[in-house]
Parts: sequence; C-alpha cells; structure tokens
Amino acid sequence: MPSSAVTAGTPQAAHADAAAVVIDGVVKHFGHVHALRSITARIHYGRLTGLVGPDGAGKTTLMRILAGLLVPNAGHATLAGHDVVRDNDAIHVASGYMPQRFGLYEDLSVMENLRLYAQLRGLDADRHAGLFADLLEFTRLGPFTARLAGKLSGGMKQKLGLACALMARPRVLLLDEPGVGVDPVSRQELWRMVQALTDEGMAVVWSTAYLDEAERCESVLLLNQGQLLFDGPPRELTAQLEGRSFRLEDVGAGRRAILAEALGLDSVSDGVIQGAGVRVVLRAGAPVEPVAALADAAQLQLTPVPARFEDAFIDLLGGGPGGSSALAERLPPVELGSDIAVSCRNLTKRFGDFTATDNVSFDVHKGEIFGLLGPNGAGKSTTFKMLCGLLRPTAGEAHVVGHDLRRASGAAKSRLGYMAQKFSLYGLLSVRQNLEFSAGVYQLEGDTRRERIAEMIETFDLGDWLSATPDSLPLGHKQRLALACALMHRPPVLFLDEPTSGVDPITRREFWTHINGLARKGVTIMVTTHFMDEAEYCDRVAMLSRARLIALDTPDALKRTAARAGRADPTMEDAFIHLVESADLELAGTA
Amino acid sequence: MNAVSQRLSALVYKESLQALRDPSTLLIAFALPVVLLFLFAYAVSLDARDVRIGVVLESEGASAQALAAAFSGTRYLDPRFVHDRREVADKLISGELRGYVVIPHDFEQRLAGRGSVPLVQIITDGSYPNTANYVENYARGVVQTWRAGLDVAAPPQTVALEPRYWFNAELESRRALIPGAIAIVMTIIGTMLTALVVAREWERGTMEAVLSTPASVVEILIGKLLPYFTLGMLATLGAAALAVFVFDVPLRGSLAALLLLSAVFMVPALGQGLLISSLARNQFLAAQIALFTGFLPSFMLSGFLYEIDAMPAPVRAITRLIPARYFVDSLKTAFLAGDIWAVFIPDVLAMATIGGLFFWLARRATRKNLE
Repeated sequence: MPSSAVTAGTPQAAHADAAAVVIDGVVKHFGHVHALRSITARIHYGRLTGLVGPDGAGKTTLMRILAGLLVPNAGHATLAGHDVVRDNDAIHVASGYMPQRFGLYEDLSVMENLRLYAQLRGLDADRHAGLFADLLEFTRLGPFTARLAGKLSGGMKQKLGLACALMARPRVLLLDEPGVGVDPVSRQELWRMVQALTDEGMAVVWSTAYLDEAERCESVLLLNQGQLLFDGPPRELTAQLEGRSFRLEDVGAGRRAILAEALGLDSVSDGVIQGAGVRVVLRAGAPVEPVAALADAAQLQLTPVPARFEDAFIDLLGGGPGGSSALAERLPPVELGSDIAVSCRNLTKRFGDFTATDNVSFDVHKGEIFGLLGPNGAGKSTTFKMLCGLLRPTAGEAHVVGHDLRRASGAAKSRLGYMAQKFSLYGLLSVRQNLEFSAGVYQLEGDTRRERIAEMIETFDLGDWLSATPDSLPLGHKQRLALACALMHRPPVLFLDEPTSGVDPITRREFWTHINGLARKGVTIMVTTHFMDEAEYCDRVAMLSRARLIALDTPDALKRTAARAGRADPTMEDAFIHLVESADLELAGTA
Repeated sequence: MNAVSQRLSALVYKESLQALRDPSTLLIAFALPVVLLFLFAYAVSLDARDVRIGVVLESEGASAQALAAAFSGTRYLDPRFVHDRREVADKLISGELRGYVVIPHDFEQRLAGRGSVPLVQIITDGSYPNTANYVENYARGVVQTWRAGLDVAAPPQTVALEPRYWFNAELESRRALIPGAIAIVMTIIGTMLTALVVAREWERGTMEAVLSTPASVVEILIGKLLPYFTLGMLATLGAAALAVFVFDVPLRGSLAALLLLSAVFMVPALGQGLLISSLARNQFLAAQIALFTGFLPSFMLSGFLYEIDAMPAPVRAITRLIPARYFVDSLKTAFLAGDIWAVFIPDVLAMATIGGLFFWLARRATRKNLE
C-alpha cells in the first residue's frame, strides 16, 4: 500500500481554493473568563498552520471548538465545509484531533490503541494490516507494538497519538501542543512527519507556546488573551522588525550588566542573553545610536542580526520589561567560604535495575547560572533532586555550600532555595499566608520574619494581592510569589526546576531579569529547562543523555560543536540534537 | 447501525482488557466479595450467645442455690458466681461482664412469705443497649422458668406458647446476612466501579480523545456498562456459590430467579454509577460520592443489618428510595423461602423504576462534549 493511503489521499484538488477551516467571529467564554474574543481566520489545505500564543491565550479552546468538542457562544466555524455545531458528526469524521494531554489508554498496548481507534473510526478490519504497517513505519513505532502505551517515552507517546489521530485519513489534523514535554530530537521527528502530511494536501494545525516552533510554520495565527494579533506567514511579521535586531558580540562575563544597561535605554524594547552575547531589539523608529554608544563605551562589537518571531511577538505586546531587578538590588552580596557552591562526584541513582543517573560529576562556581539539559528521561530531574536533597543517591557524593547531602541534608537544605515546577504554592492559603508559611518553614522569627515578609511584598509588588489566593493571581505575579517564597531565607544557592514552562515570553523575561540580578549578587543558580533559548542565559550547561553526562561547557562552545558546512551559526537546539545523537552513536559503537 | 455495533464492540473489548489488566478491578470484583462474605459469616453475628454475666449469691438458701444453678443451664449466658456484688461491679465497669444478677440475702424469706414476690436485681451495661436487652430478657426468662418449675401449685398458664421460627429455624443471623452481603457487593461493583472508571477517562484525558472520534457519549457509556454488568453478574454467581456451598445458606428459590433479581438490580446500581460519573470528573470525588450515596445507604438502610421495621417512620420512608432495600428483601426470600413471586414482582418493579430514573437523570446530566 502506498504511503498516501495513510494520509489524505482523496482528491483534494476540488477543495484547493476552499479553506480547510473557516473561523468567523467566534466568541467563547467560561463564566466571566473570556477565552476567545471574536476570532476570524482561515486555515488552508496543504499547509502547516501554527496556532501560537502563551498559556491562556485561548489556543486549546479554539482547537476544541474546531474538533467539535466545545460550542462557541457566538460566531461560526466550519471544518472541511461542515459546521462544527450543526454537522458535529461529520466533524468527527473529517478531522483528526490530538489533545494536549496524552489521550490514549496507557494500560493498552500500542497495537491495541491503534486497533481501538481504527474501529472507532469505522475502518474495515480487513484493511487494518496494511494501514497499520504504514502507520507504524511512518511513526517508527514498529518495534514497540506490544509495549503498553504508558511505558513509552514522551516523544513516542506523541507519535502514537499522531498515528491514532491519522487513522481515518482526516482532511484536517488538529494537534494541540504536540511539542510540550518532548525533547528536541523527538520534536524534529514530529516535524518531519507533519511535513510529509502537508505535502500530501492535508491541513495541519499545530498549536504551540514555543515561539521558535512558530517560525517553522508556513502560516501562523498568533493569539494573546483571546485575541488574534496576527494572521499570516511568520516571515511577514518578522519582516516588520528587519533592521531593529542587533547583537553585542562576545560580551563575556559582563553580559548581565550590559543587558541590564541596554534594557534601561528608552530606545530598546527587548533584550536577551545569547551565549556570550547580548541580543537587543530596538523600538519602532528608535535610533540605533544609544546602543552603539553603549557598545563603544564597553568596547564591544555591535552587529545587525535577522529578526526572530519572538522579537516580533514581544514587540506586538509592547516590549519586554525593564532590566533592573528590585529584588537583587536589596540583596546583600553572597559571601561563601569557597568558590564552589555545588559539587557532585560520581553521583549515581538506581531504581531497581534501572539507572536514572550514572556516574555524574561536576562543580558549580559561586554566582554561576548552571543549566541541566537533556531529552525526556535522561535523568535531569533525578540528578536535580539528588542535588537539592530530595532523593538519596545510590552511590557517589554531593555537596551544597560545603554540606554533604548524605550526612547533613538538613543543613544543606537550609542553605538552598527550591522553586518547583508549577510553582507549588498553597492554593487554599492567601498570598500573605503563603509568604508567612515559607518564612515559618525556614525558621525566621520575630522582627527578621516581619521585615523579610514586608520586603518581599514590596520588592515583588504583591501589596494589592495579599488576601487573594495564588490561583487567582496573574501568571507573572504567581511566579513572583513562588520566587519570593523560595528566596525568603536568602539562600546562597537557588534551584529552579523548569521554572518557566507554560509561562508567556514577557513573564519569562521578567523572571530572568530577577535571576540575572541574583547571579550578579553572587547567588548560584541551578536550573533545568526545556526552552533552548533559556539555556542561553546559563554560564555553563550540563547535557545529560541516557543517565550520563555527555557534555559540559558554555552555551557558545556547545553550539560550536554542531557547526558544519551549511550551518555556520548553529542554534542551541541544533547543538542539543547533535550532541544527543552523537552520544547515541558512540553508545551503539561500544555496545 | 453496523458502524455503531463495530464501535460498541471495540469499546467493550477495550474496557474488558482494561478491567482485566487493572488489579484493583479484579480485587473489587472477586476478592472483596469473598472477604465480605467471610466477615459476615464469621465475624459479624447479631446473635448474643454466651454473654458473660455475674451472678451474686448473697443468700445461702437452697432455693437461691437452685436459681443460680438455673443460670448455668442456658447457652445464652455464661455466668460467673460470686458472693459479693463489689466483686462484679468493677468487672462490669471494665467491660469484662455485660451485666449481673443479684439474688439478695432475704430471697428465701420473701419466697416463703405468702403474697410477697421474691426480688431479684438485674444490672446491665447500658452502653451496649442490644446486649443489655438480651441480658435482661434472658435473665427474666431464667427466673420465670425456674419459678414455674418450682411452684406446682401455681395456676397453670391458660395459653402455652410454642414458638417456631420459619425460614431460619435456628435463628442463625448468618443465613440472613449473607444474602444481604451479596447486595452490598453488587452495589460496589455496579455503582462504585462504574463511577470510578468513567471518572478515570475524564481524569486521564482519554475521554477527550475518544469524543473526537465518531463515537458518541452514549456509545462510550454503553461500552462501559456492558463489561461491568457482566462482571457484576459473575461476582453474584460466585458469591451465591460461596454462600451455598461454603456457608451452608440454603438456596430455596431457583437460580433463574436469583439471576433475574440480580440482573434487575444492576440497572439502578449502574444507573447510579453513571449519574455520579456525570457529576464528578475525578476519581477521588467519584469514590466519595459513591461511598456516601451508594455503599453506605445500602449498608445501613437496606434492611441488611438493621431491620427496616425498627426504624423511625421518616427513615423508613427514605429506605423506599434505596434500590438495595428491594434487592435485599428479594434475596432473603429467594435464599430462605423460595420463589415467592408475590414478593419478587413488586421488588423488581421498584428496582426497575428507580433504575430508570437514574438513567434518565444521568442522560440529562451527561454532557455530549467538553462543555
């Protein structure tokens, strides 16, 4: 059977000029929360359309409306010519939908899941064999048909979800954040598959909060707070910013100070650290001279760079936050007995016969921002948890500020701050009670306690929210509160576990402003992340794969390893993929 | 229609695979009934036998001795004989004894004195009201029997009572409890398990994925009900076999009637599970609601443990809404009396009506999409 049988092999020519999806004034609200405010757009066949926006922008709501799972409060939407409300049954036939969370049965095997979806889609049992063979080849899941879906890796789960959504040759494929929780290697595989599908005439909608993913789409719908900010090819949007993006090259150790200084200029709307350099975006119509003067004063080279989609997005939202952190300004410089804040030697953790962390050693210097990167299941979280005293190592040793984590984990814990994924705030306590609780946990008493809490409230501008619950806070404030709780006892070492997943770019910038400020005061930062551009903020990055440390260097040095002919300026993502793949090859070679 | 039946069979097959792979399902369906039946067969007994009491013999007379001896003649009481009430009072307080009988020092004189009735004091532990009642009644009975045997001159009783207990001649509570236990097991499987597995689909996001296929909510729910109906029937059969062959409960009615009753009871049980699942989208909440609206009422208000006739009128009225009440009633009849259709038919009608109501409510409450 030809591979086109998997996908939309039916003649699409007749629909070539008709839009795959027509969205006309769609409004959706849940109670008093406005998820979508009058969205109007078209999505075309044979194209990959990105549905782009930060968390809470309304992406999932729009996806569910298109999949016929939610009914809009006003407006209309049609998919492949069928109204999503009136012809609901036809929608389920014409569309393939992959929900955000892995929606397949984890206690069924790969093949059982495929069979179930084939039958639910009304496919003829006799034709299964050929169809399954195609899908398994397409997704490269062939060797795993008997494995329970729950035991697949994050990337393989997404591919299985894709296979199930593709089952009945949908005309329109709706993928809700397929890239979340998927490492760059698996993400590249997904791109490859989606590319093949659009080449055959299918309309694919890929929703994402990663702005670098948006850049790869042929067309994007950019959503923010329920409003459509932009509809068209990403190039068109970035073209508006051409000539406004610059990079200060090889800034080196002073780059955080330079970034803060650049963000303080009126002419600069946005800036981020990129390896040893600092990337700045000018406001519309602003002169380049002030930045050039800054570069001259610091004897740095200023080069124009191509605009990125993210630059355009931040610009659409009115620019990023300023560069100074009120928090860091108040903080006294950290004094430590030694230059090494965190160290581990031959750190190993086994769960039964599974080795999650295998013989990992490194030192982290005082005031360093140290990143832990790696594909899903590489052992990042396990290593991280051992370093902050949440897991006991099977072998090897780890020290935080000189305290041995195996013998004095209590003493070590009192010297580190920890900010967990999803912030882990107490939803039933008010903002003030959350602050008081964390002050209590770290045994702050009397005047110190009152002063410290008042200081956090003032620094993070939480005064208006004291009696609100954390869940009712805007995301940015929620993140500030979590950071305030983790910093209450002024720890010299701060652990951040995927601190910005699901956070919009503006809030992320604000967060990194604080982190940069802290690092300048000598606080040591340990961070895990899935965002490759966040890895650029790190002084050094440790790359883990299959439980082993495969690389440890500055972001720029890591990127250089991936340089080759035709790719002079590799991105962090290129470096990631390159390193993981060559480590796998090496492993295969020795085995 | 063909597409519908294909989807249904795929859903039923999937659900069966999941049920078979989930150890907790099998535990609830097969291990739990066994545990419950053993518990009700051996551990729980509503019969008070060998109740420990004290007999305080303050009188040394022959009649007093004879009365005391009469207390050891009954299997319902387990008397300890002492001569001073202070010896037993502490034991009553510490719970070692459930009551004591005092045969006072002037017992002989009162017995001899014409017209005066001999006085015997009975002290019972009121913190166990049921047992206290037993102690009082048994002790009264012992005294009266002894008195009747003593006084040949006393006027013969005009009416002699000769009690017979139908259906459960030995008055063994086990025989009445085990059929009731089957109703509890069926409630757990029908209501709790169903509510849990539907809530699990919402919780894990699988419902969203399945809903985006041509399968409708109704098909998805029927695909859930059929396997659990079968599981419930299998568990009933197993429990009935255990009751008859291991616990010696007679099955005086027919197996067909038993199966019919069970099948009809599954209607309200599953309907209630569905209704709960349409309200609760996480397993914890579903389990809590199932516990309070399904399991506890069928435990307390079905007449399984506590007799409905003994309940106050408002509670009695509430029991009419509990499907397990009708099932317990019918089950007891089927096991202990036989196929009495005059009992079964109203019970079956009541269960079917309540079940229909649950399904109607569940149908209204179940959203067809993610709204």
